[in-house]
Amino acid sequence: MANESGFSMEEFESLMATSDVELLKRAWRNEKSAPEILQFQASLVQRSREQIQLMEGTIEEITRNGFDPLIVSVYQMDMDRAQYMLRSYLRTRLQKIEKDMIHISKTDLWNRLSKEEQSFSKRCYENMKSYLDESVLSKLPSGYQSDLKQSNASEEDDMVPESNLETFVFCKSESSIGAIPLDDSADEIVDLVAGDLYVLRYKSIKPFVENGKIDLV
Amino acid sequence: MAGQSDPQSSVFSAAEMEFLAEDEIIEVVPNMRMEPLNLISGDYGPFRPQIAAQVPLWLAVALKKRGKCTIRPPEWMSIESLTQVLESERDSPKEFQPLPFHYVEISRLLFDHARDDIPDIYMVRSLIEDIRDVRFHKVESGLETISARTHAVKLKNLSAMEVNIVRPFVVRTLQSFYKHDSPEMIQQPVQMSTSRPQATDRGPRRDLRRR
Repeated sequence: MANESGFSMEEFESLMATSDVELLKRAWRNEKSAPEILQFQASLVQRSREQIQLMEGTIEEITRNGFDPLIVSVYQMDMDRAQYMLRSYLRTRLQKIEKDMIHISKTDLWNRLSKEEQSFSKRCYENMKSYLDESVLSKLPSGYQSDLKQSNASEEDDMVPESNLETFVFCKSESSIGAIPLDDSADEIVDLVAGDLYVLRYKSIKPFVENGKIDLV
Repeated sequence: MAGQSDPQSSVFSAAEMEFLAEDEIIEVVPNMRMEPLNLISGDYGPFRPQIAAQVPLWLAVALKKRGKCTIRPPEWMSIESLTQVLESERDSPKEFQPLPFHYVEISRLLFDHARDDIPDIYMVRSLIEDIRDVRFHKVESGLETISARTHAVKLKNLSAMEVNIVRPFVVRTLQSFYKHDSPEMIQQPVQMSTSRPQATDRGPRRDLRRR
């Protein structure tokens, strides 16, 4: 699984050359296009927050010092753009959590959530469960009152929606990756050329999305 | 049952596409002095009258709206270059010419906010519309080649807006083919599966564009 701190030297260098806004944009795009929830970009979000706060201070200061209104408005616009990106990133994740909260909480995906997202997910589930219990489930015959199973006869939780990893996504890679197997039997492969656009099954490129080698568009 | 993925959730709105395009760098010629700007998105300037500067499109439009600069349309937006692109688009029915990923949005923003900076704007506008039409027609006829054996589609040089428009259709089509092609759906006899064409001869991955 993609680990926030485990960057190779090469990745670290390319990170240094890219601004946080650019990285945030990439994270936002990937998050919007991926069918499942991706690793929360904790340090990136933290840095973006700090930059936005710093900019708020700057804007206050230059407004007080009677700078040209044009400069003030340009700084303001720049901050608004960064803020929009950050909010949209967080909101996209919340939407995914709302959709798949039970599945996420039962799997490794849980560790991809930030602390705040985890508590959001818990509260969201509690609310939904008590709502379902009160409005429907308590009125059903016993044996059919679970929010996770169709009936007591089900061995697994068969009423839990999960994201469809078989879906297709538009993607691009910056560097050439080599042959990628397209199915489990690996008798069909595709050779990704750097910079070219492909439509591929998400599952077949999932590891590359997670380690940042392939970007979703 | 894994339900169909929600096509809406993966699509960027037109406003979001424009937002992304506004980060593209463009050249402006300021008519005022301004010290360098140290923005979150990068450092730009200093700005001196008549000295060209590179800025993101959103900043160019903001300055332009206040009458502080003229915008230099990018080289690919010249009549010569667009005419050539249009010709090549028409000549090669399976290939897309390289254009900026956000060419539709960039040209729209410039038409809306910097019309007086674009020489022969009507000609430029109609060339871009023609290019869009030709390309889109190609996309549509390319989609017809998607079949049950399509596991990957290559769309070299397709632009952001074009991607966004075909995304719901392409994703749903490929998904349906994939689903109905899966072994659980059809119990394929063993002989059948071995006689499947290999990647070398008009293989299962049928690209929209031949390499």
